[in-house]
Amino acid sequence: MPDRKTADPADGRIAVRKTYKLFIGGAFPRSESGRSYPVRTPGGDLLAHAARASRKDARDAVVAARAASAKWTAATAYNRGQVLYRVAEMLEGRAAQFAAEVAAAEGASGKAAARAVAAAIDRWVWYAGWPDKVAQVAGSANPVAGPYFNFSVPEPTGVVAVLAPSGSSLLGLVSVLAPVIATGNTAVVVASEQRPLPAVTLTEVLATSDVPGGVVNLLTGLTAELAPVLAAHRDVDAIDLTGAAPADRAELERLAAGSVKRVLIADADWAAPPSPQRMLSFLETKTVWHPVGL
Amino acid sequence: MAAKSSGKAPAAAAPASAGQAPAPAVPAGMTAPPGSWGYAPAPESAEIVSIASEYGLFIDGEFAPARDGKQLITLNPATEAPLAKVAVAGQADVDRAVAAARAAYEQTWGPMPGAERAKYLYRIARALQERAREFAVLESLDNGKPIRESRDTDIPLAAAHFFYYAGWADKLEYAGFGPGPRPRPLGVAGQVIPWNFPLLMAAWKLAPALAAGNTCVLKPAETTPLTALLLAEVCQQAGLPPGVVNVLTGAGETGAALVAHPGLDKVAFTGSTAVGKEISRAVAGSGKRLTLELGGKAANIVFDDAPVDQAVEGIVNGIFFNQGQVCCAGSRLLLQESAADAVLDRLRARLATLRLGDPLDKNTDIGAINSAEQLGRIRELSDSGDAQGAERWSPPCELPARGFWFPPTIFTGVSQSHRIAREEIFGPVLSVLTFRTPQEAVTKANNTPYGLSAGVWTEKGSRILWMSQRLRAGVVWANTFNRFDPASPFGGYGESGFGREGGRHGLAAYLDA
Repeated sequence: MPDRKTADPADGRIAVRKTYKLFIGGAFPRSESGRSYPVRTPGGDLLAHAARASRKDARDAVVAARAASAKWTAATAYNRGQVLYRVAEMLEGRAAQFAAEVAAAEGASGKAAARAVAAAIDRWVWYAGWPDKVAQVAGSANPVAGPYFNFSVPEPTGVVAVLAPSGSSLLGLVSVLAPVIATGNTAVVVASEQRPLPAVTLTEVLATSDVPGGVVNLLTGLTAELAPVLAAHRDVDAIDLTGAAPADRAELERLAAGSVKRVLIADADWAAPPSPQRMLSFLETKTVWHPVGL
Repeated sequence: MAAKSSGKAPAAAAPASAGQAPAPAVPAGMTAPPGSWGYAPAPESAEIVSIASEYGLFIDGEFAPARDGKQLITLNPATEAPLAKVAVAGQADVDRAVAAARAAYEQTWGPMPGAERAKYLYRIARALQERAREFAVLESLDNGKPIRESRDTDIPLAAAHFFYYAGWADKLEYAGFGPGPRPRPLGVAGQVIPWNFPLLMAAWKLAPALAAGNTCVLKPAETTPLTALLLAEVCQQAGLPPGVVNVLTGAGETGAALVAHPGLDKVAFTGSTAVGKEISRAVAGSGKRLTLELGGKAANIVFDDAPVDQAVEGIVNGIFFNQGQVCCAGSRLLLQESAADAVLDRLRARLATLRLGDPLDKNTDIGAINSAEQLGRIRELSDSGDAQGAERWSPPCELPARGFWFPPTIFTGVSQSHRIAREEIFGPVLSVLTFRTPQEAVTKANNTPYGLSAGVWTEKGSRILWMSQRLRAGVVWANTFNRFDPASPFGGYGESGFGREGGRHGLAAYLDA
């Protein structure tokens, strides 16, 4: 971590360290619980104390995501595409910072971390192109046997809870977050419990990239504590269990059943080329009929 | 409302105005005064279908009794007369059926080229068309729905569904599921279907599953097993390889044993939201794919510029089609305040012309409620409407003395918090609310955990599209209602379930793409 390394006042200057906070409704609050937890490198060195979000923080994040939903859904696909592309632009400018954070978080070499960051930026660009195409790929005009005009269009499911993968702190996160918001959903993300710091830095990018407040909300903390709250929350429409411990998934699925949530369980090789499947998992198909006549 | 005596109901149920009334008001030979004429009975003959006294389970291409010999009796809901005894599948039977489906998947159906699968499905579609009247009569006998509906809607759509998906079986690589290897079937599907459209729901489940290369274990509803068993016979006669389709009759326990069976790769369920949640919990952690088509509380929204006569027909079709026992029924009528009185007057006048009675009579509009249990639920929720202060209205209506009947009913003065505005009644009961602005209509329409369907009635095209974009519903019918087609995806938002049936989208539920 650059902060930590330069904390040694060898050059005579005391570094300014960052406080890693939550990201809710476009603001950066600490946990309302006042709790934090130590984040360490795989080698055991202390990197920082991250906010340990509470159930209340999770509920606040859902409220923020719901509040942002109508406007983000109604934004034109062209607009959403540009907003996502803007995120990629901002990431590119901070590539070195992210590489350093990913290297520290994952214990990866500088080269490997730089590759992961480059892939994450490219993934944003890939998804930035989707908003104005997904309806053409997933929608249809349907030839019904009668005098009706009938068409189907995909629409965002609504508020999606995302348990980000634990291993890949930036590329994995981008790979699960971008497909959710590209199509007009809003997200409540639980960052990797062990490696949350690149995620927090990503929210600083989002906050300065024209992504409206509340479209992405990020919680750091204990996944096992936050996931059940989101899985059971009745105003969450869907949940991505990628980052849940395999042993916890069945129980989270049971909780999600209480409000008929859409549940995605799909591990992936984050380095592999993405497919539209993650986007399609959080879309509803709406079919509209109208009579044809004079 | 003109009530008619069903074939087996006492004649006392027929009002004096009906054509078969024994004491006409006008002496024979004289012209009847306007308004006094009635309909002569026009029953479809039940003789076209022969119902066996007992039915076995259909497993591995053969009919056989349940291992433990259990049976249940299915009734004609219009008369309460028993129709047949059917087997109740237990755990041993579920095991056998799933094993047969697995073997068929691995040995015959899975490896079979799609073009060959297609030909079997075309055969089934054609057989349904050939025997359409037989199926229609059997459906009306077992379910209680008017022959007009089973004949014109249920059976033709079921045949069309098989015909549509037959054509997909050898075209899956063109179904738009992206590059990569050809989409693969999931394996063995357990499918649990409801009693409101017994054969049609069987077709919705089986046709896409089989087209995609899966094999099936189908569990029809406890009260309506007969057309699924006749469909099993059609499969047999079509030469479908044994085990590709298995039909397990029984009640809730049979369904529970099926969905919990570890030998399934896929569970598909159509029915109530409460049972859907239970199934979802039962399937949790198993890795089985799941699609759910659950309840609804659709808003049918009528603006003041709507063509009133068409809208009234749409309202009637929306809530009284199949006695309102439809998950996508337009059970909440939202009337723009300025038009409310005019629409309600016209609606009441129209309801007075609906004919309730013998489901086999070709002139019948409203048939029987499917079961005593369902009738009890309709009564209980309707009574809550009275208790919570809504105003009940039904046309003058005599109900047959035997059978399960409920008159078409309208509640006005309904508020959004009333149970009849929130809970799915699944009966011929319409809750009327009002609104002033389009935004208010959208807000009220979306104020429900469900999201299956919605209706919009207005002459203004831009308003239809504006409303369609905002209604949280899987199907939006604009200036029409309750239309279905195999090419048209159907399914809900929110607690109305997930996954789609029909169209290209319906294939996704049965493919690993």
